[in-house]
Amino acid sequence: MTDKSSTKKFAGTNSAAPSGDGRIEISNVTKIYDPGGVNVCAVSDCSFDIEAGEFCVVVGPSGCGKTTLLNAIAGFHSISDGEIRLDGDVLCSATKMAEPGADRMVVFQNGALFPWCTVLKNVMYGPSVQGRMTSHQARAAALDILRELGLSEIGDAYPNEISSGMRRRVEIARALINDPKALLLDEPFRALDALTKGVAQEFLLQAYDRMKKTVFFITHDLEEALFLGTKVVIMTTRPCRVRKMITVDLPRPRTYKVRSSKRYLELKREVFDAVHEEALKAFKAGERELA
Amino acid sequence: MEYDPASESAPDISGRGRSRGFSALRYKFENLFKSRDLYLGLFGIIAFVGTWHLLTGVLTLPRFEKLPNPVAVLTEFTSRHPVFGTSIYAPQYYLHILWSVWRIIEAFFLATLLGVPIGLFMGWKKVFKDYTFPILEMLRPIPVLAWVPLAILMWPGREAPIIFLAFLASFFATILNTLLGVESIDESYFRAARCLGSRPRHIFFRVVIPGALPFIFTGLQIGMGVAWFSLVAAEMLSGEYGLGYLVWDSYVLIQYPVIIIAMVTMGVTGFLFSLLIRMVGNALMRWTVREAT
Repeated sequence: MTDKSSTKKFAGTNSAAPSGDGRIEISNVTKIYDPGGVNVCAVSDCSFDIEAGEFCVVVGPSGCGKTTLLNAIAGFHSISDGEIRLDGDVLCSATKMAEPGADRMVVFQNGALFPWCTVLKNVMYGPSVQGRMTSHQARAAALDILRELGLSEIGDAYPNEISSGMRRRVEIARALINDPKALLLDEPFRALDALTKGVAQEFLLQAYDRMKKTVFFITHDLEEALFLGTKVVIMTTRPCRVRKMITVDLPRPRTYKVRSSKRYLELKREVFDAVHEEALKAFKAGERELA
Repeated sequence: MEYDPASESAPDISGRGRSRGFSALRYKFENLFKSRDLYLGLFGIIAFVGTWHLLTGVLTLPRFEKLPNPVAVLTEFTSRHPVFGTSIYAPQYYLHILWSVWRIIEAFFLATLLGVPIGLFMGWKKVFKDYTFPILEMLRPIPVLAWVPLAILMWPGREAPIIFLAFLASFFATILNTLLGVESIDESYFRAARCLGSRPRHIFFRVVIPGALPFIFTGLQIGMGVAWFSLVAAEMLSGEYGLGYLVWDSYVLIQYPVIIIAMVTMGVTGFLFSLLIRMVGNALMRWTVREAT
């Protein structure tokens, strides 16, 4: 029924997909917005590296410019100064804007599954438009990845027929089928309720443990950052800059039980201390703007 | 215990698709007779016709004495030998309907065939919109009836001006709604599509068109409505056949019940066309059809 060679391995990995290490270097990135003649510095001289296959979580107060950074990597926005490299190649700089591409898959805050396509068609979308698979192969690969991720039952459903937690999983599957170098997630679980969120997080960890892709994950939920990340980058309030980096040395694979371990609580305290100060600053800055 | 997504049960949605659509329809139909809505609606219609009869047939108030009463209309409509020549047994009646329907189909298809691509393109390419939008906004508010002289000067014969007028109204409504439809598509779908490696043509066919479909079909419904409006006006002015002509001709010949017959026929035909568009829309936009519960 299906092409055996493509169903055997994990979906898509045997094709000519962009594959590589996925090391992201962010060096001295500055982004200045110019709404109505007033310069707003969203990101200022921000530098940090994400190792290949590392799960990097970026946390910071809301509106601090995390998303600006992600959009620059994804190719949706330009940067004013500095450089972002992917595996040593300049992705974007002051003079060059990155082109969006399947080597950097984005999972959006509010979800961007095409409501007019079934789950299966959504997952097939990437491989079929990139022309690297026939529709038959793409279908097989999509069925494969859905099965792998425990979503095979809902292939024929439309996105509005499944729960929001399921939609997030499908979106992650749609990204992973392209075998990207990096996965960029912008607060993907923000709109989920606490219980669904926990399950969705475990799902992402499970997928990460299998695929070992570089992950750039934005959140302002500190617990989420610690639970998921290998490295947590804490940003300052605007302009966005690195305040502190914490390596989360919790063993993988992680389950929800990690959250009650001693080491987790120690790390949590460390992160909360660092962030609390920034949150206060952001709060006061907000008051000043209003006054 | 390790978390295993494969072991988790997926929601049971096995009854999806065609069969669910059918059972939903049956469910709706069965409940129609149980619900109050049907009887209230029927009561409304009966009350309306009753008042009409009271005003024109029983009381014959000065304002209403010239209007045909429903009994006369119904008698004429169902008569094998109609006094004024228009009833369900008269071939002439169907000829009028066919002429109007044929003109509407021509005008509406032309408007859709031209309007939808232009609207899509305007929404997709900003440069094209910058060129065309001001002209559109200048021409659109002009009432269709103001075009009558130009239509007659521009097009030869009797048919072409009528179709042109019906087309024009529908055309603007279709363009505008299609354009709004494209502009209503969330930016994140475009971003996701580019991220997934789409070329421009993929974005056009796989994001712009399906994303705009709900608005396009709203536009088509509105377009059909205004096409009827313009058609009837145009048929009243010039024509030998058609429901609009029938209304005006009956007025001139003092065959008042026929006016009502033609009016009701327009209403029913317009409704059927609207229903047809909605059904095509629902078939094309399965994702927006919700389960009836």
